[in-house]
Amino acid sequence: MTIVQVLIVAAAALFWGLFMRERGRLYFLLITSIIVIFWLQPALPLRGFDFWLPTATLAVIVFNWYITALEESHREKKNWVTLSILTGAVLLLNLTRFLPFDPILTPSRPPQTEILLIALAGLGFLFFFVTRLKRFNASLLSISIIGLIIFFLALKVPALAYWVSYGIRSLTHQSLTEVKGMDLRWLGFSYIAFRIIHTLRDRQMGRLPAVDLAEYVTYVIFFPAFVAGPIDRVERFIKDLRQPAAALGNDELLVAGQRLMVGLFKKFVVADALAMIALNDTNALQVRTAGWMWILLYAYAFQIYFDFSGYTDIALGTSRLLGIQLPENFSAPYQKPNLTQFWNNWHITLTQWFRAYFFNPVTRWLRSWEKPLPAPVMIALTQVATMLLIGFWHGVTWNFALWGLWHGVGLFIHNRWNDMTRVRASEWATTPFRKTALNVSGIFLTFNFVALGWIFFALSATSVSWQVFLKLFGLG
Amino acid sequence: MKTLNIILKGLSLFIILNILFALLQPGIGRISAYNLIFPGRERLPFGENSAKAYNLSLFDLDAMFASHEINGSQKAADEFRVILIGDSSVWGTLLKPEETLAGQLNSAKLTACGKNMRVYNVGYPTISLTKDVLLLSRGMKYQPDLVIWMTTLEAFPLDKQVASPLVANNKDSLLRLAASFGLKVDPNDPAFVGENVWDRTLIGRQRTLADVFRLQIYGVMWAATGIDQVYSTDYQKAQTDFDADPSFHKFGSSVLDEKSLAMNALETGVKLVGNIPIVIVNEPMLISNGKNSDIRYNFFYPRWAYDQYRALMTGQSLNHRWTYVDLWDAVPANQFTNSAIHLTSLGETQLAKKITPIITAVCK
Repeated sequence: MTIVQVLIVAAAALFWGLFMRERGRLYFLLITSIIVIFWLQPALPLRGFDFWLPTATLAVIVFNWYITALEESHREKKNWVTLSILTGAVLLLNLTRFLPFDPILTPSRPPQTEILLIALAGLGFLFFFVTRLKRFNASLLSISIIGLIIFFLALKVPALAYWVSYGIRSLTHQSLTEVKGMDLRWLGFSYIAFRIIHTLRDRQMGRLPAVDLAEYVTYVIFFPAFVAGPIDRVERFIKDLRQPAAALGNDELLVAGQRLMVGLFKKFVVADALAMIALNDTNALQVRTAGWMWILLYAYAFQIYFDFSGYTDIALGTSRLLGIQLPENFSAPYQKPNLTQFWNNWHITLTQWFRAYFFNPVTRWLRSWEKPLPAPVMIALTQVATMLLIGFWHGVTWNFALWGLWHGVGLFIHNRWNDMTRVRASEWATTPFRKTALNVSGIFLTFNFVALGWIFFALSATSVSWQVFLKLFGLG
Repeated sequence: MKTLNIILKGLSLFIILNILFALLQPGIGRISAYNLIFPGRERLPFGENSAKAYNLSLFDLDAMFASHEINGSQKAADEFRVILIGDSSVWGTLLKPEETLAGQLNSAKLTACGKNMRVYNVGYPTISLTKDVLLLSRGMKYQPDLVIWMTTLEAFPLDKQVASPLVANNKDSLLRLAASFGLKVDPNDPAFVGENVWDRTLIGRQRTLADVFRLQIYGVMWAATGIDQVYSTDYQKAQTDFDADPSFHKFGSSVLDEKSLAMNALETGVKLVGNIPIVIVNEPMLISNGKNSDIRYNFFYPRWAYDQYRALMTGQSLNHRWTYVDLWDAVPANQFTNSAIHLTSLGETQLAKKITPIITAVCK
């Protein structure tokens, strides 16, 4: 997001917070969020896809609401109203193609209206067909999870993304000479998929609260958190959403404004300045000495933190203007004395998601074996697998796999080390000085371990990452 | 009320800061991390692709010189300090710092007048004598023992003088040169970037301040990599085939009218250096033997204009007793890169060999 886009989004939230706070919050959030997903979607070289992808986002959300919602709520009038709003909004956005000036709300001129009408009719037919499959409802939840994961892989595996783009270009008779994996940049899909999978799994477990369509759509594409999270939980989100919004008081405005300003400063001043010197594919092979390589690596470590936590602050500040308190996503992660604590404080909502829907169930499953694996093996397996998946969430490449592996192994080593030394460490650290020394050395080691892991994250090629490692230790 | 108070206080403070900044005009550019944390740059900052070149173009002369190595080196008693001024051929487009004329002269470890010669590259892309004078006026603060001014006819036409963005954005400095040394400057030239009170505030200067800040940050990359431009090898070679076009700027009648040339800028430059020796060099250019090369030497010059310019410069230097060297054909055509004045590294070596005896001759 550019600073102008951030300010427009914040201004919209402030406008509502100041003047309309007690009226129609749900529909304000719903309609604004719909507009924002079209508006922020980057222009794509695949003709019309920068309109089709946000439309598909809405279709996927409606479908998943349908299969997760209680049957009696399907026919509730308010849900039909919401469906009409969604369809109407997409149609109106499409009709902006007839305006005599360049599109403002969509990245390029929307596709022909008759094609959209045919697509909507097709979706309607598909929807009708699915509603007839009542007895398969339970399977639909699993099918949808698998479908979302397949979509996810199609976007995140470079080779798959390439072939999907190739296929689309072939079908739509577009040039095949410039096919790229990046042709299909579906803005926010990683977050959308994870929010939806959370609702699907909770529905399977019987934990999902009753949520109407408007609430569900707003939860998944809530505009302050659409691009960079946090990944809220639906039950927490709707609790805020259903509470009557009090007038925006001075204190609330101050707290929200402060958070927003801090976020803007972190992202657009600190992170963007650090980005100029942060480690990347170009400069990785240009740096002449180990000392400067460390500086570029540290610059990257702080850049990614300020960038990401800055966006989070912006999201939290903006949502607070709207009376929604999104969960924190960062809590001084670089000041933590060990890797476990680091991961409890870095991208907190993503880590919690994986803990809830992967780590804990897999651990429970492994423990349920008749002859359970030895504890260290179980810990190694679950931690490495979880971190590998977190790596793949960012992109299915060797470097993200190595980054996940680095942290998975790191967490396992810390776990074992902690078990072995906890008693001795507490016996030794009897004075404030010793406690501080232990804490500071822990912070130093953890930060440098995390920083070294960023090498895989910042660079796209394994060979270059290896060369950077060598250079850092004076071997290259 | 609390929020309103905070907003009002913040706003008042911001307005006061802006007014103070506009009134005091602090020389922010003089504060530099170069020559302090990072090594000084070997040439003035210039760059059109900052992310890859780790460099950028800015117009704050204080910041530009503060980032240059010349600003960080105390002149030693045994140093013979040479300042090289000129256009992109001196600055060294497509060349690494050590490959430029200054770099090659330095690597030869020459002595002049019994001292160790140290050459500083104060060249800057864009071709304008007035731009050269502007930079020379700043360069004189660094006590040169010799100034070498590389120039070419393209720097002379009056319409080129303020066309350089560096000149257009430094009207005040030029007016000071006009007052002190008689440089002819039209203060009402529309090419000048105007400055009102608003432009002098923090908000008005935000771009300048951001550029100065970015220049400091790129110091890390300069120190880490030694890169200060994109050293592309994939460039379009300088044009050698031409249309049958004998035109040169607005000189329509095959006569290079002296009144339409900025001879005054050249005179001002010489006046500015005072007793310090200055050598004016007609820099090498590509002499094409391609299509219509009987009409044009290269992209810049029809033969008639350039021939007249050379004769004019010879005459002027005799009249004014300038030390003038004509090296127009010193480098063969295959040693030019993407322009008729940009040399390859080997071309610069050849040029350096021609310049060396000129420098040593100054001492005699």
